[in-house]
Order: sequence, then structure tokens, then C-alpha cells
Amino acid sequence: MTTAPAKPEAPRPIRAKQRPGDAIFSASTVVAGSLILVVLAAVAIFLVAQSIPAFTAGSDDLKGGAPNFWAYVGPLVFGTVWAAFLALLIAVPLAIGIALFISHYAPRKLAQGLGYIIDLLAAVPSVVFGLWGITVLAPFVQPFWSTLVDLFGWFPLFAGPVSGTGRTILTVAIVLAVMILPIVTALCREIFLQTPKLHEEAALALGATRWEMIRTAVLPFGRPGIVSASMLGLGRALGETMAVAMVLSPQVLISFALLQSTNPTTIAANIALNFPEAHGVGVNVLIATGLILFVITFAVNFIARAIVNRRKAFSGAN
Amino acid sequence: MSTITTPPPATKAPIANTLTTGILPKPVPWILLGVCWLIVGAVFGILLAAGVNDSFNIIGAIFFGTVLWVIVNYIVSRSYEGARPAMNRFVTSLVSLAFLVALLPLISLLFTTISNGIPRFDLSFFSGSMRNVVGEGGGALHAIVGTLEITGMATLISVPVGLLTAIYLVEYGRGHLARGITFLVDVMTGIPSIVAGLFAFAFFALILNQPGIRFGFGGAVALSVLMIPVVVRSSEEMLKLVPNELREASYALGVPKWLTIVKVVLPTSIAGITTGVMLAISRVIGETAPLLIIAGFTQSMNYNLFNERMMTLPVFVYTQYANQGIPAEAYIDRAWAGALTLVVIVMLLNLIARIVAKVFSPKLGR
Repeated sequence: MTTAPAKPEAPRPIRAKQRPGDAIFSASTVVAGSLILVVLAAVAIFLVAQSIPAFTAGSDDLKGGAPNFWAYVGPLVFGTVWAAFLALLIAVPLAIGIALFISHYAPRKLAQGLGYIIDLLAAVPSVVFGLWGITVLAPFVQPFWSTLVDLFGWFPLFAGPVSGTGRTILTVAIVLAVMILPIVTALCREIFLQTPKLHEEAALALGATRWEMIRTAVLPFGRPGIVSASMLGLGRALGETMAVAMVLSPQVLISFALLQSTNPTTIAANIALNFPEAHGVGVNVLIATGLILFVITFAVNFIARAIVNRRKAFSGAN
Repeated sequence: MSTITTPPPATKAPIANTLTTGILPKPVPWILLGVCWLIVGAVFGILLAAGVNDSFNIIGAIFFGTVLWVIVNYIVSRSYEGARPAMNRFVTSLVSLAFLVALLPLISLLFTTISNGIPRFDLSFFSGSMRNVVGEGGGALHAIVGTLEITGMATLISVPVGLLTAIYLVEYGRGHLARGITFLVDVMTGIPSIVAGLFAFAFFALILNQPGIRFGFGGAVALSVLMIPVVVRSSEEMLKLVPNELREASYALGVPKWLTIVKVVLPTSIAGITTGVMLAISRVIGETAPLLIIAGFTQSMNYNLFNERMMTLPVFVYTQYANQGIPAEAYIDRAWAGALTLVVIVMLLNLIARIVAKVFSPKLGR
């Protein structure tokens, strides 16, 4: 055995002392962070695991006598997307207006307070929105709907006969629009506030009116933000349960008519209404529809966030 | 040949202030608004006198008066100031109206909740459960206890996880894992609440092998799935606000990194983190759908999170409304009283959170 001659020790780079406290603390933060990935994966895995029996379910296990699972879930997907789309159609122009009002029109001192007021809407529980929709909004809008049907009944969307209670999908869309208004407004407001001050001042210096300044400087800058804010709002509207479940009377069908008393219902509302009494494969079927809702909202949110993040890279605001 | 043009005779009259010429005086739009309301009000009054309407519709008068004002204001401005300023005025009025329109549902919602909730907002509502109650009477104590326990449990789960994740993202996270977590946290904020409930149900039904499982702890887990991303987001923002000089000063004194975080970074940002947590609580405390699925509903008091069904306030409101008995009035009143309780809790949480943020936040500005 030969021992290597001891070399003169080279000066080692200075390293921080490794303390056990540091190791434990940083490890626990890593674990917590990874837990989020695990939870998301678990959501997908357990939903898939529980919904496998549903994909082979026959007409005996499906409500409404659909021949297979896909025929059962088709109208529900349609209803979900249709209601969310209508809500978006109402909410986005309104939200852009409110965001502009708070960011560029309201007096500076008031602006933050006005933002809080809009945020209060987000804090109202959805079940209260449902109660409000059915007891206040539906009777309030019913006369308008019947006037619409009288005047524009020839247009397929407004085809009669009008619902006597006002509990139609357009009413639901209004409730949903009010519910997603805060998040869309908040995001649009953030984006509008990020507009480079120099662009705005340059537009004003060239003699633009306030509206022309907004049209030429603020809106082009904020367009990707508006798109992604709308998609996040869409994600919310897709998954909203109680307002739809309470305001609509459940039907499983595909119909574009906005004001009739038979309306397509949504996945989430269908689950909430049927889950308490479901048993056997019925539970699996409902979980499988939930899985499809999860996939749709995940895709929508994924795209929206991807747009926001790409935007961040070259916005110059941070 | 050059023609000689006579110069225009110099006007003697003093030129008006050039900054304000060609612009409508400030009070004009407001005067127009009043005139429009009066006109539409008069039309409604005539209709009333003619017997077409049976009562004076004040909301309709204000609504159509405002619409008329938007148009009249545009026309007046266009004829006096020109097309571009007129467009500016038009958009200004539309944008301001958008804000007012958004306030209407909030006001209407608060008004109806308070006026319908007050009749049953009494002592017996807060002192009894619904056990053996048919028809009138009864209370929501079991639902309030359930809500407090489940939300409390969800907070206990979410705050450590969310806070540690935020610390990881701000203080340690570099590279792919951190970026992936940031992205997925954002995506996770968009999980529909009912899917979170289904997840908790699928998870516990498989793990505990009970196909019809209903218990409170599952509800807490479902709420945590919804709450964690909110806590992460808000805590992350607050931790980022802590100035780097504080951290560097602490390192320079030889303090280890983890003690720097615990003793310097967290105390500096604790007010903001508290605000974020309270806002997250106020968001999940009103969730109905997940609790309907995994916590179920019951008429009796249940203090045990880990056993049997558990009532919560949002589910109480929903079931009182959905399964009305006789007399229906009693059930609807209870539903509204529950809704009022919920709204009061949520508004209080929001208010306290804002006050905490205002009063206790460190003054960073110099």
C-alpha cells in the first residue's frame, strides 16, 4: 500500500458554513412548493381513476336515457360553453369600460377606493348571487325578455315562447357576468396602468383627445392583457356552479334560444343538482363530467396564463 | 397682374380666452343631463296621466333620461366643438356609465340581502340548529359551527403550505421548478370549485374505501385546494416588496439565511400576508359547491370534522331554498338570514383585511 504524498493544500474557495437550520428550512420550502405540483397531479389522477367506470356506462346508468357517456355529456358541455360565452359577451365590454374609468378617468384619489368597491363584488358568495338572481333579477328582467320576444321573435336567438318566470339562460348569463366582472376588471386595470407614461404623454402632446390617447396608446398596449383577462373570466364562468344551479331549471338539451323556459344546463350545475342523490355508477358518471370540466378550464387557464407570461417578458414594465 | 387684397379690418373686440374658446362651458353637460331627465320624466308623467302606465316608473325615467343625455350630449358637442371632442365626450359618458351600471347589482344585492335577511336575523337563528324543526323556527348554529370549523381547518392547511411555497419562490426558487410552480399556481387559481370538491371526494372515497363518504375534513381539503394558490400569490407579492437592503444588512451581521427570513423578512411583510390570508378566507368561506359534495348536509349539530356529515352556512342557504317545506316562507326567510350572515362575515373579513393592510404595513417610502 502506498499512500499518496500529501499535497500542499490549495486555497479553497470560501464557502458559507452549512447550517442544519438552513438545510431544514429550505428543504421544507421545496417540499411545500412541490406539494402544489403533487396536488394538481393528484386532482387529475384521482378524477381519472374514479371516472373510468363511467366511460363504459350504458343507458341504464345515465339519466335521460342517453345511449353512452359521450351522448350524455355533449349537451352539458354545450350548455357550459354557451352560458360562459354569453356571460363573457356581456362582461368584457363592461369590464374594459370600468377599468378605463378607474385607471384613466376617475380622480386619482378616488381610484383606489373605486377599485375596492368593484372587488367587493368578487367577495359576495356565489350562493347569494344565486338567491339574488332568482328572487330579484329574474322577475325584474322578465318584462324586458317578453318585449324582446314580441319585437325580435323572428330572430332565432330570441325565438318564443318566452319564459314566464324570467329564469332563462340569458338571465343566468347576466348573473355570471356580474360574478366575473371583478376579476376581468382587476386584470384590465393592471394592464392599463402599465401603459408607458411616455406613450400617453406623446399622444396628448400631439393634440389627441383623451379618447384618442386611449385608442392609440392604451388599448393597443393592453390588447394581449384584455384577451387573457377575458379568458380567465371565461375560466371562472365555465366552472361557476350555484348561480346556474339555482336560477335554471335543469334540462339536458342543446338549444340556442335565449329566452325560453327550457334551457341547456351546465356541467357544474348538473353535478351539484344530482350528486347528493347519486349512487353506484351514477357517481362515477358525475365525476367523469367533472373531469371534462377540469380539462376544459385547465386548457383555457393554461392558454390565458401563457399569453400573460409571454407578455411579461417584453412589456418593459418590470 | 397682382391683385391687391385688402387686409381684413382689424377687429376691435378683445379676443376671448383662447384656451377655452370652442369648448363647451363646464356646467353644460350637467345642465343637459337635468334637462333630459326632466323631459323623460315629463313623458312618463304624460303616460301616467293618460293611463298607459299605472305607476310612475322612476328607475325607467332615469335610465331612458340618461340614454337620451348620452345622445344629446354628443350632438350638442359635435355641433359646437367638432367631431373629435364630441367622440371624446361620448366615450367619457359611456365609460362612466359602465362603472355606474356595475354598481347597480352590488347595491341591489346588498339591499335585498339586508331587507330579506333581517326578519330572521334574531337570537334563535344563532342559538339553535335545525334538528326536529319543521316549518317555522330553527336556526343555523350547526351551519355556523360547521363553516367555522371547516374554514379554520382549511386555513390551517393552506397557510403553512402557501406561505412556505411563497418563501421558496421568492427566496430560494431558481430555474425550472420555480417557474413551473409559479405557472401552475396561476393555473390552479382557475380550478372550478366543484372540481375541487369532486377531487376531495374521489380521493377520500378511494383512500378510505367508502364509496359514499361525507365528512367535514374532506371539505377542508377541498377548500385548501382553492385557497393555497390565493395565499401563495398574495404572500409572494408581499415578500417581494421587502427591500433587499434589509436582507443584506442581516447577512452582513452573520445571520443565517433561514433566520433572516424568519426574523427579518416575515416580520416586515406580516401585515400584507395577513391581509392576503384574510382575503383568501373570505373567498373560500362562501364556497358552496365543494361542500355540498364532500361535506354533505344535515339538520343536526356535528362538532367532529372527521366523522359524519357536516352542515355549512352556504350549503344551509342552498338547501333551505332548494328543499322548501311548508310554510315555504319560513324556509326562504331562513335562507336569506343565512345569506345575510355570510355577507356580513365576508364584508367584515374584507374590511378588517384592508384596515390591517393600511395600519400595520411598514412605511417603505422615503
